[in-house]
Amino acid sequence: MNDIAATLPFIGRRNPRAALILMIAVIVLAPIVASLFGRSWVRILDFALLYILLAIGLNLVVGFAGLLDLGFIAFYAVGAYTWAFLASPHFGLHLPVYIVLPLGASFAALAGLILGFPTLRLRGDYLAIVTLGFGEIVRIFMNNLTHPVNITNGPQGIDQIDGVSFFGWELNRRLSLGGGFGIDPIFLYYYLFLLCVVLAVFLVKRLQVSRVGRAWAAIRDDELAAKAVGINTRNTKLLAFAMGATFGGVAGGLFGAFQGFVSPESFTLMESIAVLTMIVFGGMGSLSGVIVGALALSFLPEVLRQIALPVQHALFGRVYLDPEVLRMLLLSLAMILMMLLRPAGLVPSHARYSHPLSPEEAKP
Amino acid sequence: MLQTLLQQIINGLVVGSVYAVVALGYTMVYGILGLINFAHGEVVMVGALTALSAILYLREIAPGLNPLVYFGFGLLAAIPVCMAIGYTMERVAYRRLRNAPRLAPLITAIGVSFLLQTLAMVIWGRSYHSFPQLIPTTPLQVVHGVFITPVQITTIGLSAAMMAGLVLLVMRTRLGRAMRATAENHRIAALMGVNTNGIIALTFLLGSGLAAVAGVMIASNYGVAHYSMGFLPGLKAFTAAVLGGIGNLAGAMVGGILLGLIEAIGAGYIESWTGGWLNSSYQDIFAFIILGIVLVFRPTGLLGERVADRA
Amino acid sequence: MSVLLEAQAVGKRFGGLQALSEVSLTIREGEIYGLIGPNGAGKTTFFNVLTGAYVPEAGRFAFAGDDLPLGKVDRIVRHGIARTFQNIRLFREMTALENVMVGRHVRTRVGLLGVVLQTRHARDEEAATAREALKLLDYVGIAAHAQTLARNLSYGDQRRLEIARALATEPRLLALDEPAAGMNATETAALKRLIEKIRQDGVTVLLIEHDVRLVMGLCDRVAVLDFGKKIAEDVPAEVQRNPAVITAYLGGAHRVQ
Repeated sequence: MNDIAATLPFIGRRNPRAALILMIAVIVLAPIVASLFGRSWVRILDFALLYILLAIGLNLVVGFAGLLDLGFIAFYAVGAYTWAFLASPHFGLHLPVYIVLPLGASFAALAGLILGFPTLRLRGDYLAIVTLGFGEIVRIFMNNLTHPVNITNGPQGIDQIDGVSFFGWELNRRLSLGGGFGIDPIFLYYYLFLLCVVLAVFLVKRLQVSRVGRAWAAIRDDELAAKAVGINTRNTKLLAFAMGATFGGVAGGLFGAFQGFVSPESFTLMESIAVLTMIVFGGMGSLSGVIVGALALSFLPEVLRQIALPVQHALFGRVYLDPEVLRMLLLSLAMILMMLLRPAGLVPSHARYSHPLSPEEAKP
Repeated sequence: MLQTLLQQIINGLVVGSVYAVVALGYTMVYGILGLINFAHGEVVMVGALTALSAILYLREIAPGLNPLVYFGFGLLAAIPVCMAIGYTMERVAYRRLRNAPRLAPLITAIGVSFLLQTLAMVIWGRSYHSFPQLIPTTPLQVVHGVFITPVQITTIGLSAAMMAGLVLLVMRTRLGRAMRATAENHRIAALMGVNTNGIIALTFLLGSGLAAVAGVMIASNYGVAHYSMGFLPGLKAFTAAVLGGIGNLAGAMVGGILLGLIEAIGAGYIESWTGGWLNSSYQDIFAFIILGIVLVFRPTGLLGERVADRA
Repeated sequence: MSVLLEAQAVGKRFGGLQALSEVSLTIREGEIYGLIGPNGAGKTTFFNVLTGAYVPEAGRFAFAGDDLPLGKVDRIVRHGIARTFQNIRLFREMTALENVMVGRHVRTRVGLLGVVLQTRHARDEEAATAREALKLLDYVGIAAHAQTLARNLSYGDQRRLEIARALATEPRLLALDEPAAGMNATETAALKRLIEKIRQDGVTVLLIEHDVRLVMGLCDRVAVLDFGKKIAEDVPAEVQRNPAVITAYLGGAHRVQ
C-alpha cells in the first residue's frame, strides 16, 4: 500500500504515513463527495472501480508478462454472461453470488487457457491479432447464438439480472438504517467493488514479489534468456493469461449484477482498447500507474461530457462532438501521445521483485 | 447446385480481389518494418468516404455528367488524401518508434487506427451514407443461373490492374529493386546508398493509394460507406497477408483471393454444414479462425514469409 | 574421470549449409573443456544445439547416462546444463540479486497457491532464494552491487552476473559462450581464476573462446571445429602442433617445420 501512497504528489515522498492516511480517507469518502455533485457521479465511480479491476487484470498479462492481449474484454463478457445465465429470469436460475462469481471467474480462466494454449508461442504482433480475433469471435457468438436454441438472446441482451446478495441482504435494495435514513445501492456497490479492488491489489503485490512474478518479469525482459535459466515459458505465460482472465471474469460478473443488464454492445473491441489505453497511459507494469490510468480515463470522458456539451452549444449553437466521440478521441490521443512522448506512462514502473534486504542480510 | 457454387466463386473472387489489394499494403509495410499497420484498414475507409464527398460535391456543381466521370473524380480525390494520411502516419508516429521495444509501435498503430475512426466520425458523422451507384449494377448472365454485375467486373479488373502494376514496379524497375533491398535489410540497403527513409515513405504511399481504390470499390459494391467500414476488411486483409506469407507480395495476392473464396463458399454452405447452429452472420469468424489456424500450424504462410533481417 | 557429456554424430543444417556434420566429442567430469575453431566453424551452433536452442537433424547427447531432450531448452537446464550468452542476455530491468534469484527458479517449487496464501513453505523458500542468490553474487565477486539494476552494471560485472545466474541453476556442466569477449588482460586473468574456482567446486566447464592464450592456459582438453567438422580433440599442447588445426587457422601455406 505504501508505494501506491508514495505516488501522491508532494506528500507522497515527504510524509508517507500522512499520504497513506490521506489516501485511505479519500478512497472511503469519495462516493459521499461525489454524491454532492449528483448521483450519476457515484455510478461513474462504481464503473471506474470496475475498470480498475480490468486494468489490474490486463496489466498482469501485458505489463507483467509482456503479452499484448487485444481481446481482453472477452473475459469480461464471459464473466458477465455467466452471471446473466445463472442469476436472472433468462433461464430461470437464480444462484447466489458465492456460486456464480467463482463460476464466472473459472469460465473466464478456462477461456484464457483455451485461447492461450495454442497461441502463446506466437510472436508479439501475431499474438495481438489473434487475441483480437478471439475477442471478436466471442462477441459475434454473443450476438448470434439465438437459434436453434436461444442462449444469449442476441443483440437485445439479457436483462433483469439479479444483483449481489449476501445471505439475504440484497445490495440492490436501499439499506435502511431506521429513522428514514438509508444507504442507496450505488453506495453499497461502491464499497463492495472497493473491497474487490483492495483484494486484487493485495493479490497482485504478493504475486509480484515472488518466484512467479520474477518469472513473468524474466519472460517480459528476455524470453530466450528466461528459457535458458530453466523457466517453462509456456506454462508461465499461460498462468499470466489465466490470472488476467480471472480478474476480467470477476469484474464481468460484478458488472452484470450491478448494471442488471448485459448485451454484446458492452464488449466491443473498443472496450478492449480502452482498457489497454488505461494501462498504457498510466504506466504498464506499474500497479499504481494502471490504477491512476484507469481512474483518469474513466473520469475524464465524463467530465468532458459535462463541459463539452454546454460549451459547444454556447460557442457553436450545436454539438459537433458528442460524448462518445469525445471519449474515443481522448483515448486514441492518450494512447498515441503517451507512446511517443512518455512510453513508460504517467507513473513509470519501479517494480521490485524481491523483498528489500535488511542490513544483516545484505552481508553474504 | 453447381450454379450456387459458381455464383459463390464469383462473389468470392470479387471480395478476394479487394482483400488482395489491401493485403498488399499490409505485407509491404510488415516486410520492411516488421510492423502490423493497424491503421491500414481505416485508410480504406477514408478512401471510400473521401470519394463519396468528392462525388457528391461534383454532382452538385456539375450535374448531368457521365457517371463514370464522377467515379473517376472520386478516385482522383481519394487517392491523394489517403496517400497523405499514410505518409503522415509514418512520418509522425512510426518513424520515431523504429527502434523502440516491440510493443510500442504496435500500440501506437492501434492508437492511430482509433484516431482515424474517431476523426471520420467527426467529419462524416455516424450514419451509414449511401454510396451512389455510378457503375451499372444490372446483372449479366454468365451461364444459366449465374450472374455477375459490371461493378463486380470493374472491381476484379481494377484490382488485377493494380496488382500487376505493383508487381511490375517492384520486380522490373530500379525503384522496385531499392524497395526489395530495403525490405531485406534496411541497414545494409542504406549503406549501399538507398534512401531508405524515402523508400519506406514510398511504401506507405503506395499501400495507401491501393487502399483508397479498394475503399471506393467496397463502397461501390455494397452501396454504403461509414466510419467503421474499414475495420473488418482491414483485419481480413491482414489475415489474407498472413495466409499467403507475410512480406511476400505474391502471398498477399494469393492469400486475398483464397480468403475471399473461402468466405463466400463457406457462407453459402455453413448453415447446411452445421445443421442450423451457425448461419451466414457468422461469416466474419472464418477469417479469424483461418488466421488462428495458419498462425498455429503454419506461421510462415502458404508461400513463405519474407521479413527483414532485424540484425 | 568419468564421462559427463558425450556428443554422438551431431549434425545440423540450415537450408543448404551443413553447419555441423558428424560432430562427436566427450567431456569428462571435472574438466575444463575448450571448443575452438575459425569463425563460422560451427562452435556457437554446437552450443545452441547442445543447450536446446536448435534441434539437430542427426545425433544425440548422452549426459550423465541420460539422453538429453533435444530442442527443449528449459528441460535441458533441469538436467543440469546451464549456459551464458556471447552477447550477454541479462534481465535488464531487474537487480543483480533478482537476476540470480530467477536462476533459482528451476530448483525451487513454490507455485501460485503458495504465493497467494503466503504459506510457511513459500516464505521460507523466498528467504532461502534470496540468501543463496546473495551467496552466488559474492562467489563471483559482485555482492556489493546486489541492489543495482542489471543494465547499470559495468560490462565485466554483467558477465560475472550472467555466470552467477547460470550457477544458480545448480548445473553439472556450465557452458560459457565467449566469456572473455571484450575483456582486457587483467579482466581475463580474473575470469580465468573464477573458472578454475568453479571447476574446483565440482562444476564441469565447457567454453567457446577466441582468446587462444586463455584457452591454452585454462583448458584440460580442447576440440577444434572447422567447417562444421571436428578436426582435433586433445590436450592443448598437442592441438597446437596439429597440422590440420594450423591449416584451418592459417591456411595451407603454413606447415609445421
